[in-house]
Amino acid sequence: MKAPKFSYVRAESVKHALELLDQHGEDARILAGGQSLMPTLNMRLSQPDVLIDINPLDELRGITVDGQEVCIGALTRHVDVLNSEIIAEHLPLIAEAMPHVAHVAVRNRGTIGGSIALADPAAEMPACILALGATLIVQSSTGKREIAVDEFFHGLYETARNDNELLTEIRIPFQKKDNVSVFLELARRHGDFAIAGIAAYGKVSGQTIHDMRLVYFASEDKPTMGTKAISELNGKTWSDDIKESVTKALESDLDPMANLHGSAAMKLHLQKVLTGRAIDAAIARAGE
Amino acid sequence: MSEEFITVNMTVNGEKVTKSIPVRTHLVDFIRTELGFTGSHLGCEHGICGACSVRVDGSVVRGCLILAAQADGCEVLTIEGITDTGEIADLQDTFVERNALQCGFCTPGMLMTAAELLAQKKPQSREEIREFMSGNYCRCTGYHAIIDAIETVNDARLKS
Repeated sequence: MKAPKFSYVRAESVKHALELLDQHGEDARILAGGQSLMPTLNMRLSQPDVLIDINPLDELRGITVDGQEVCIGALTRHVDVLNSEIIAEHLPLIAEAMPHVAHVAVRNRGTIGGSIALADPAAEMPACILALGATLIVQSSTGKREIAVDEFFHGLYETARNDNELLTEIRIPFQKKDNVSVFLELARRHGDFAIAGIAAYGKVSGQTIHDMRLVYFASEDKPTMGTKAISELNGKTWSDDIKESVTKALESDLDPMANLHGSAAMKLHLQKVLTGRAIDAAIARAGE
Repeated sequence: MSEEFITVNMTVNGEKVTKSIPVRTHLVDFIRTELGFTGSHLGCEHGICGACSVRVDGSVVRGCLILAAQADGCEVLTIEGITDTGEIADLQDTFVERNALQCGFCTPGMLMTAAELLAQKKPQSREEIREFMSGNYCRCTGYHAIIDAIETVNDARLKS
């Protein structure tokens, strides 16, 4: 189908974009990569009055290191994250997840900030940054504020960002060199929306797991920390019994949404399978 | 709400164009209806099928997921453009040889995407080619012949 009528404004600066947000509020949508927004417009699932195109704002693009953090401009395209040496060196979890983010033509346009601000429950980046404990920088005409990722994702397409705020930067602490990370997802076709997925980050000594963070996505309404599973896992030596208790605990952490990809029961089953695979992989990687 | 118009300037297949169009026009509608280059196809129009793939400033994109207004000032190449330059003549010949198309609806998009893979100039396993091409649907061939053709050309180019 064709998009409904709307007004289109190119932001000339961040300040200009923020003024436009003040002016139009919830009737406006930020057009970043457009790889999720354009489909919803073409299918007339959304009908904003105004699109604010932020693509000209080069200052929102780029990957840099600041102390022990990687700073990613919100408008950085997926392809640039995928090819970044800084990401490969300091954030291997994101490097591992990136090839799963859609397909080549979509990665060439889509942006990391767009993916995070939209908070699609099947998206990879929200889960990764939750596992890694990132900080989100949002800006409005009255100033900037930092939001810890633990507080950012509220629900289905809902975040702590207000309508008058623009996500400008994602700051992610370097992965510790003695930690390991694993990213796994299941999809019908490579690059399609995940049916189930996990981002795991923590420390492994031999077969013993410490400080592991397990974040589940695609099955829930938002990326979800497997809090009870984690408490069953950390400090323990991996075995069939521990695997049993961890995956049992996962039943209270998760409340999967059924959709065309599968029933709630099937998704819970897949998340349990991925949990086992992720810990096996983490142990194997720690031993390398 | 009344229709809002915008004037766009871009280079399409080497030719500079300036047109006034409704702001909601996506790039492939612009290219097909305003410029008459109908090689880029519209399949799903929501970014799933890849039939509308075009090249904008050197990168393959979904033509249905970018507004023509966003391509203002850009260099756009469609299947007509890269056919004229001969960039993928070997791939096009091999598509025919390997029977990598039947109805041909997906073929322009397949070729645009494969062109980006070939431009990497590095060895690619069949699995890697499959992953790279995974965003383009073909409902006729079952894909094997398409992968065959791309693999053949990539290998041949690396040898020569």
